[in-house]
This record gives sequence, structure tokens and C-alpha cells, in this order.
Amino acid sequence: MEHSANSEITFHHEAGGDDFVKKIIKTTVLLSVITMIELGLGLTMYAFPMAEGFKLFLKGVIVILSLAKAFYIVGIFMHLGDEIKNLIMTICVPLMLFIWFIAAFLMDGNSWKNLRNSRGKSIVPTEQHSTAPEGHH
Amino acid sequence: MSTAQAQMQTKWWSGGKSPFNVEYGKLMMWYFLMSDTFTFGAFLISYGTIRFSQNYWPDPNEVFNAFPFAGHANLPLAFVSLMTFILIVSSVTMVLAVHAGHKNDKQGVIKWMIWTIIGGIAFLSCQAWEWAHLITGEHAVLINGQIQHIGTTVTMNPWGAAANVPMIDGHHITTTGPVAFGGYFFGITGFHGFHVLSGVVINIVMLIMAINGTFERKGHYWMIEKAGLYWHFVDLVWVFVFLCFYLI
Repeated sequence: MEHSANSEITFHHEAGGDDFVKKIIKTTVLLSVITMIELGLGLTMYAFPMAEGFKLFLKGVIVILSLAKAFYIVGIFMHLGDEIKNLIMTICVPLMLFIWFIAAFLMDGNSWKNLRNSRGKSIVPTEQHSTAPEGHH
Repeated sequence: MSTAQAQMQTKWWSGGKSPFNVEYGKLMMWYFLMSDTFTFGAFLISYGTIRFSQNYWPDPNEVFNAFPFAGHANLPLAFVSLMTFILIVSSVTMVLAVHAGHKNDKQGVIKWMIWTIIGGIAFLSCQAWEWAHLITGEHAVLINGQIQHIGTTVTMNPWGAAANVPMIDGHHITTTGPVAFGGYFFGITGFHGFHVLSGVVINIVMLIMAINGTFERKGHYWMIEKAGLYWHFVDLVWVFVFLCFYLI
């Protein structure tokens, strides 16, 4: 069983030794620093009054920093960066679905809000309206 | 250099070997994690959809400002930062356990697995405290013209906009907030916490197997590597839960 499992693998990655431990420490420091910057930005939004547009910009920066964190966790801690290209592609390409997934559903939520705000009362019967008989039916 | 050359010259799809250069179990762990990514993604996107559809949403800095043994001190995001840091550190100790496994260093694997398990349990304890605080921490809310004291649950949300009434005992009175807030918060952090719990159980099993010498007899520590992938994934999901619920 183990013998056949072994033969699946064509070559092994060199087990980096002390260099690898240094790389891990570097990544840990990087992740901690990014988290602290994110917190700093989050607290800035809380502590200082600012325009909605600028707040949205800061939130965008925080999202990008989180994606950077995800990149380092997957690439270094999970060793995906050391795998061969075939494996990297079979994991990353399906994740492209998220581009549509996020954009479509957030736009849907936003449109829902706009509809309710602009003419919602004429579409969704409110509590007072629903008890009264509707004249034009 | 030599591995890069070997990589170039190998005919990956000619059969008799893994075209991904990994054993079956590790590849399947990657695919499982990918499917789990979509599960968590769907939950978080659903939360985002509802949040985008609301005119008002509670500010996380106001909701999550408590710290154990700090009384009523206003410490926004401090406790959740500690939780994030605990999870990052336990991820690092897991990397070191996998690294020790590569070198067939049994004592190293045992040592770092124990630290990883401690980190996981610490995170779960923090989460238990946070949930308890949120559910039992009652706030004065104006409901149907009357002031009531309610905590945050899946059916109640005291974190609404300020009510147009005078303060009581120096506290602002609010209206009720969107009810989906508690449902999504407890649902998604609970699902993540369940992953952490199962990760801790898996890590304990791995620790027992390492102590018993199971991997030594097998001649490799690949199981630690697969458990490690799962554990890092739990950390990865937390990055996004942290982002969606606490930061933005």
C-alpha cells in the first residue's frame, strides 16, 4: 500500500532545513504586521468621522490586505507555492467562480435595497395595507 | 535547479504516476478544502447580500468592544485581535510540526502538535466567552414604545440606530437592529468554530498516533501534512470571517 503510494510521487521537494524555518518566521511577522495595519484602519474608521466614500476606500484596502494574507497562508504555510503548476492550477482556476459569485450577489442585495427605498411601499404591502382590502382588485 | 529540470522533463500525463506529483490522500484533501471554501464562501456572500440590502447595519466597533476581566472598558476589536493572533500562532506551530515530520523527527512532531492543540483550545475558549458575552450582555432598546433589555441572539438584535428618546443612566437607547445580524454572526462563526473543534480532534488523534510510533513504523509523516492542510484552512477561513464580521 505504502509502496504503491510512494511510486505516485515522481520527485520530492528538498526539505529546506533552517532556511525554511527562517521563511516561516518571516511569513509570521508579515501576517502579524498586515493584521495590525488592518486593525489600525478599522479603528481609524471608528475613531475619526469621515466621508462615506473614504470609508469605503479604506474598506477596500482592508479587503486587499486580507487577500494578501490568504495568499501567504496558502502559498507558504500550505506549501501550494512549492507544488507543480498542474496542482496549483487545479486549485486556483475553479476559485475564479468567486468573481461572479461575489459581484452578482452583492449587486442583487444592493438592488433589493434600492427597490425597497424607492418604490418599496407600492410593491411590498406594509402591515397597515395588508389588513385593508385592496380597492383595484 | 535539479528539481526544476526534472519538472520540465517529466511527462506528467503519460500514466503510472500522479500528474500532480502528490499522493492520493493529499490531493483529495486539497479538493475537500476547495469544496469547503465554496461552502464558507456561500455563507459569507449570503451575509453580504443581506447586509447590502439593509439601510442600517451595526458597527462592529461598537458591538465587539468587550474584553474578559476588563469590565465595561471600551476596547473595540481588542479581544478578536487576540483570537486572530492565537490562530496565526497555532498555524505556525502546525507548520513546524509538518516540518519536523519531513525530517522524521518524532519528538519535534509531538512537541509542536501539543502547542497546536493548545492554541486550538485557547481559540475555542475565547469564542465561547465572546458568544456568552454577546448573548447575555443586555442593552436598553425601545420596542413598541417601551424600553426593554435584550441581548444579541438569532431572533433579537439590540444594535439598531439611536432611538429618539433621552438617555437612561448615561446609556443611549437604541431601536432594534436588523435581525439577520445575530443569525449570520452565530451561524458563520459557529460553523467556523465547529471546524476548529474538529481540527483539534484530528490533531489529538495525530498526536496519539505520533506518540504510539504509528508514523515511525510507516516510515513517513504524511498524515501530519494532511492534518496540517486542514488546520491552515481553518486559519484561512478565519481571515475572511474576521474581515467580514469585525473589520468592515
